[in-house]
Amino acid sequence: MSNLRPDLSVIAANVAPGSSLLDVGCGDGTLMQALRDEKQCDARGMELNPANVGKCVGKGLSVIQGDADRDLAFYPDKSVDYAILSQTLQTTMRPDMVLEELLRIGRKAFVSFPNFAHWRVRLSLLWGGRMPVTRLLPVAWYETPNIHHLTVDDFRALVKERGITVEGSWFLSGDTQCSSAAANFRAEHAVFQLSRN
Amino acid sequence: MATARDMETSKVLELAQPLPLDGGQSLEGVRIAYETHGTLNEARDNAILICHALTGDQHVMSDHPKTGKPGWWVRMVGPGKPIDTDRYFIVCANVIGSCMGSTGPASPGPDGKPYGMRFPVITIRDMVRGHIALLDALGIDQLHAVVGGSMGGMQALSLAANFPERVRAALVIASTARHSAQNIAFHEVGRQAIMADPDWREGAYYEAKENGGKGPEKGLSVARMAAHITYLSEAGLTEKFGRRLQDRSEKTFGFDADFQVESYLRYQGLSFTDRFDANSYLYITRAMDYFDLAEEHGGMLANAFASSKARFCLVSFDTDWLYPTSESRNVVHALNAAGLPVSFVELSAPFGHDSFLLDVPALDRVVEGFLNQ
Repeated sequence: MSNLRPDLSVIAANVAPGSSLLDVGCGDGTLMQALRDEKQCDARGMELNPANVGKCVGKGLSVIQGDADRDLAFYPDKSVDYAILSQTLQTTMRPDMVLEELLRIGRKAFVSFPNFAHWRVRLSLLWGGRMPVTRLLPVAWYETPNIHHLTVDDFRALVKERGITVEGSWFLSGDTQCSSAAANFRAEHAVFQLSRN
Repeated sequence: MATARDMETSKVLELAQPLPLDGGQSLEGVRIAYETHGTLNEARDNAILICHALTGDQHVMSDHPKTGKPGWWVRMVGPGKPIDTDRYFIVCANVIGSCMGSTGPASPGPDGKPYGMRFPVITIRDMVRGHIALLDALGIDQLHAVVGGSMGGMQALSLAANFPERVRAALVIASTARHSAQNIAFHEVGRQAIMADPDWREGAYYEAKENGGKGPEKGLSVARMAAHITYLSEAGLTEKFGRRLQDRSEKTFGFDADFQVESYLRYQGLSFTDRFDANSYLYITRAMDYFDLAEEHGGMLANAFASSKARFCLVSFDTDWLYPTSESRNVVHALNAAGLPVSFVELSAPFGHDSFLLDVPALDRVVEGFLNQ
């Protein structure tokens, strides 16, 4: 897929052509547009920021202004093949409930998030003693939208506890992938493909 | 079946067939006043129907014949505008029940005298039936889009739900799928103001006016004043008028229009009576109050759109307390449940319900983006 952010590129590569999807926190619609144009997907979106919704509408995308914490309840069960949540989980009030909603609405779900246990973040906190401001987390603690920081291992523990099946996982450091074993230390971003039987 | 003839900028279509109405009656000899702008292409698939609000008319981009003011949506519709007449064929018709050339209570009934209260109570869907008859006459099988704000949005929803094969996209701005108790309550205040005016004469005031007498201008003016408040936001009123006094430095300890806001409302009410018929106001507000799209379809709003294949876009404004965002969301959820492609955005604008008519650049971008797909 052309010029997508690395985590979006992973998601796009693993979405089946012609499938239906709901992109929660779709931003300006970059992923939806790529999947519609290059994989003929029926893409719907939800986005909090009205300016971004306007951009999506201008691209011919169907996007609803809404809040993942509040407005997912109105989507019917298993109404799309994929529910996608990219870089949004850590901004929600109740990430666990949002995750459950994704798996209710989608037959499968993709979730990507920044890994707070990346070594740069660890070093920054260890040596600086301040909340990390890194390439990955560029905003100071008092104005960051990220209110629920999590690590790769935190997420693994949550899905295990909830009985959610991990169908695939990808760990990214910049543009390159790193191993699952080293992911909690080396990955800047993680992408999980999930389902619930 | 129907003939169209020129009448200054507006044209008038006379329906050869009676128009069936939700109330069980049908209306004979219906006239529909309308305007078109732009050119219908060879495929006849570039038409956009614009539906007007309660006191609007077909003069969407031409000067109003009575007030001389520019068309009510010139900032949105025209060459190179978000609804681009270089690209689309624009149709805008005066709704039945109104008073700008389409058949309404001021029109002559079968006996040649104005209908007055003999005019049948109509619904939003009846207005849409009038629009469909016009589209038939113009040879437009399917609209590129139907667009409307406020009551215009109700018509857009009704058209998409009841005539799904006639439209590919619906843009619904600052509107609702049903009138709330509060909406009905405000309308009832307006109607009672009109009907309490002794010059209303049970709706039969046209003859008196012809002979130099009065109609229920006082009642209509009060109705307009009350309604006008619901079109604005509290913050907007405060910013525009505050508690400032009108052309005086002190309160008069009387009941003149001491405050600027009083003077403004009185002016709005009075000038409205020059261009609008009181009985039309009764009938159209009634049609809006009766509007409940879910009720028409077994109580489930999603069912209303079961046969639709259209794209939808809904827009609300954060300061609109007449048709607040929750009403648009209600429609969005139903469209979602029906599996239809729908976009929705709540825009921030200071002007309350009237925002859809005023300068809100974000609205222009959404309208243009949605239509040009």
